[in-house]
Amino acid sequence: MSGVPRDVLGAPHPVLSASAEPVDPTDPFVVSAAADLLATLREAGMLTGLAAPQVGLSWRLIAFDAGRHPRSRSSAGALALVNPRLAEASHWRVGREGCLSVRGLFAEVPRAAQITVCGQLPGSGEPVTIEADAFEARCIQHQLDHLDGVLFLDRVSGARALHHRSHSCYA
Amino acid sequence: MGLSAVTVLGTDRPGVIAEVAGSLADCGVNIQDSTMTLLGGHVAMMLLVAGDLSAEQLRERMQVGELVVTAAAVEGRRDPCGAGTGLGYVLTLHGPDRPGIISSVSRVLASVGGNITGMSTTLSGRLYVLIADVDLPASVDVADLMRRLAVVGAGLGSEITFRPCESDLL
Repeated sequence: MSGVPRDVLGAPHPVLSASAEPVDPTDPFVVSAAADLLATLREAGMLTGLAAPQVGLSWRLIAFDAGRHPRSRSSAGALALVNPRLAEASHWRVGREGCLSVRGLFAEVPRAAQITVCGQLPGSGEPVTIEADAFEARCIQHQLDHLDGVLFLDRVSGARALHHRSHSCYA
Repeated sequence: MGLSAVTVLGTDRPGVIAEVAGSLADCGVNIQDSTMTLLGGHVAMMLLVAGDLSAEQLRERMQVGELVVTAAAVEGRRDPCGAGTGLGYVLTLHGPDRPGIISSVSRVLASVGGNITGMSTTLSGRLYVLIADVDLPASVDVADLMRRLAVVGAGLGSEITFRPCESDLL
């Protein structure tokens, strides 16, 4: 399924502050939304990840493609995950990140640099486990936060860690 | 040798800091603590400088073109650890912009003896963001404070998070 790029919501927006609901990975609407997230990623240039709440769907669905980022090491490729869950996290590092829903702002945010994420593939519902590190780990955690109504701003490391401009990619 | 607090405000352009620092050096003063940022595209500098010139003499002798300079005498350095009885936290607020956000949040913190040691606010489109470093006395009921902050945040239509600042000494 090719999917259709969607508009990305900007904060403040109630959907971006809400906890998203688990969904059936075999539901055709979920499969279609997953394709749309990937299509939005492809179209958005520097964007490396997106969560369903960012396109107005309060569903536990994310998509990412960290391989497009120059600082990535691991890369599972362009992937959508339904009902993703962080199973393990270690090696905490501070890195600068931004978000397409918080345009123009970037901040230093501590994240685990090695993670294990479990989820299901849209369509088949097949369970998958992703081992990710470095930038991909940061990107996935950023998307998981969206599913809990958390923005990267909520994890900023201090008053001097917020910036207006950066060369970082949008996570 | 006296201490002076100097502020510099003006339109940002390449070379502003070099100009200010050079002028202070010409005045024979040493820059101790300083911070600089852009506020809506305007450069804002605050400096604590030490030298033989009085604050008034500094203000008169600084050659910084169109920049607005103020200077005031400061009694002496205060040890930031001297009052360090408490625990560090980071407060984040984000939501729609409206008058009274900072006063509402800071009033709650002040009511429990909380001290804001650093603060950054910015407006990006419709989104207003406030990040504050906060020192709390160890005796504060943090859970109760977080409940009060949540009520304030709800009243402002904003999200507030308040979490410990992890500064490990290794």
